[in-house]
Amino acid sequence: MMAGWLAAFVLVVPILSAGATTLAQGAPRLQGWLSLLGSYVLLVVSVALLLVVLRDGMVVLQSGNWAAPFGITFAVDSLGAVMTVIAAITGAACLTFGLGEIGEAERRAWFHPLSHVLLLGVCGAFLTGDLFNLYVWFEVMLIASFGLMTVGGTKAQIDGAVKYVALNLVATLMFLLAVALIYGLTGTLNFADIARSVPTVSNVGLLTAAATLLMAAFGMKAAVFPLFFWLPAAYHTPLVSVSAVFAGLLTKVGVYALIRAFTLLFTHDPGWTHTLLLWIAGLTMVTGVLGAAAQTEMRRILSWHIISQIGYMVMGLALATPLGLIGSVFYLVHHIIVKANLFLIAGVAARLTGSMELKRIGGLYRSAPWLGVLFFIPAFSLAGFPPLSGFWAKLVLVRAALEIGSWWIAAAALVTGLLTIYSMTKIWAEAFWKPHPAGEAAARPLGEAPTVMLLPISALAAGTVVIGLFAQPFYVVAERAALELLDPASYIAAVLGGAK
Amino acid sequence: MELPLVLLIGLLTAVATWLMLSRNLIRLLLGFAVLGNAVNLSIFVAGRLTRDAPPLVPLDAETIAGAFANPLPQALVLTAIVIGFGLLAFALVLAWVAYERLGTVRTDEMRVAEPPEEKA
Amino acid sequence: MSSLILRAGTRILAPTMLLFSVFLLWRGHNLPGGGFIGGLVATSAIALQGIAFGPASVRRTLVFPPATIAGAGVLIAALSALPAALAGLPFFTGLWLKLNLGDGAVLPLSTPLVFDIGVYLTVIGGVCALIAALEEEPALEDQDTGG
Repeated sequence: MMAGWLAAFVLVVPILSAGATTLAQGAPRLQGWLSLLGSYVLLVVSVALLLVVLRDGMVVLQSGNWAAPFGITFAVDSLGAVMTVIAAITGAACLTFGLGEIGEAERRAWFHPLSHVLLLGVCGAFLTGDLFNLYVWFEVMLIASFGLMTVGGTKAQIDGAVKYVALNLVATLMFLLAVALIYGLTGTLNFADIARSVPTVSNVGLLTAAATLLMAAFGMKAAVFPLFFWLPAAYHTPLVSVSAVFAGLLTKVGVYALIRAFTLLFTHDPGWTHTLLLWIAGLTMVTGVLGAAAQTEMRRILSWHIISQIGYMVMGLALATPLGLIGSVFYLVHHIIVKANLFLIAGVAARLTGSMELKRIGGLYRSAPWLGVLFFIPAFSLAGFPPLSGFWAKLVLVRAALEIGSWWIAAAALVTGLLTIYSMTKIWAEAFWKPHPAGEAAARPLGEAPTVMLLPISALAAGTVVIGLFAQPFYVVAERAALELLDPASYIAAVLGGAK
Repeated sequence: MELPLVLLIGLLTAVATWLMLSRNLIRLLLGFAVLGNAVNLSIFVAGRLTRDAPPLVPLDAETIAGAFANPLPQALVLTAIVIGFGLLAFALVLAWVAYERLGTVRTDEMRVAEPPEEKA
Repeated sequence: MSSLILRAGTRILAPTMLLFSVFLLWRGHNLPGGGFIGGLVATSAIALQGIAFGPASVRRTLVFPPATIAGAGVLIAALSALPAALAGLPFFTGLWLKLNLGDGAVLPLSTPLVFDIGVYLTVIGGVCALIAALEEEPALEDQDTGG
């Protein structure tokens, strides 16, 4: 019972933060403190939830005391708990960074309440055990992200937001249509109940069609090939702290939903669904990294790399072996921390040099050498250098591919890793190594960036190093999450056990 | 009763697809609104259409006697309508702001956030 | 807009609608009605007043800024989920307190009602903020270009 309440608090805390920061809109300092407090309390609660899940197994919360499948169920397994912790870390880091970045105009555009609503949507999506409820959390997340995207209201933001909004509206309706089909076929929307009913559905063709529709909807959120075009058109336009949350979290919610759908719900036809996912994974990796090679703006380069990295996570899912899923979970954790950090570092670099555009900046190595160190850690972790976190994530995935003889996907993963190094060295050479085109004085020293911006960057970089050097405990958690994913029967038993 | 509704869903989907293929942002949003109705109707049909009593428990009883209509699709559709309304309202305001700031509602002319074209 | 008929009608209609919205809020949960629909009816009353007497009079009626009302509503709705913890029941479990008023009349007070009040306020605040933003468009534009 207490564990269920812990899961509830993961949702209650961001709601209270959103409400409190709305009420404190007229008091800037108070609002900032409330916002930070909310994000750190969320972090504490989610870590406690993870510890409970790791100790006692799945936490199931039947909200309103309505037994599944009649009420709305929240079911937290290891994967959900891990993702919630990572979401809370990203939220806390980016809100801390935001204190240094946002001005009065951005604050008046509801930056703080919207951020907490976004965290609410993300956490809700990770915890829920109900397909329609997942849709609702997706929309909560989406409407908050729409608002955050346009905080600031520059022309480029409006332009990026139009594309982001248009594509996401379509994805929303595809999701809803898939919900309709699945409800019509199985008569239920509870994850566990759907999983139990899927083998008894007689119209297998329509079921696979619904599954594919769901794959397209989640795939659009996750920005996989060929549905990723909205991402590089939009992610470089908002505030840095906003785009770091987006880069770290939003697409990963799509990946999480894909993992949930294709380990728990639709394992009836892996010959079609998982083969399709494997092709998508390979193409996503390669197109993403090639797209990045053509860019010269820091956040656009990083945006394209999000796409290529999504490919790795989907690859582990598509392999559907224990090792593959371990790789996916490990990659998710590693990627969210690294990618959010890279966006934050790009923000500091742009603040010190005046632009995100590589052609117009330089000289950071001379003026701010420590920023170079801070950039080096996540950048080379992203590329997969040992002993950083990305190395272990890639190693596990490539081994998983070789284990079942998928040589071509392993090759694609390795080539993508090499090309990632190319992009990272490009940022290094242009922003840090080359002298600033406007003269040496145009690159400012690191001391001019606010401390609240440097703290989260350092903390996330430290996290990357720790995951790299002490990978064993993280691997054990990922392994546990993967084994739970491959055992839908125990998920079903945990949720429906009371209902029989 | 399913057949006319299914035909209507098909018609709405066709209209919506045609509208959404337009380069005009306003048409795209109208297409979204129409497609939203098609999807909501399909949830409604997926819940099976029956001509039974409304799903309300009388004041003096604990359960409903006899067959009653499936209340879940109505709850789902109501939620989806409210969410769709919110999204559409935001999107329309965004289109209005885009028209004010960028001077166009044609999506192929919105290139402020794109890198400048390379001169060949 | 300054139509005498509209103004005179609004003086009667708006209070009636507000009263009706509270009735819908109170009756909700087990009967058709509830916080959402009640909030919408209340907002229509406020919007009607806005059309008849102008945005300034709406601001006087609401006392607080719409966003504050919405924020308070969200807080109340979230807090209504918590008393179940004291009773050792799962999140959001409805708790009912039936006050006996004598003569067989029972006044049911419950956490779903508190939740509905939260929703009611959120809807009023949210929709009024939307309407205000549309009515006071020039001010919004200034704010928008400031960022």
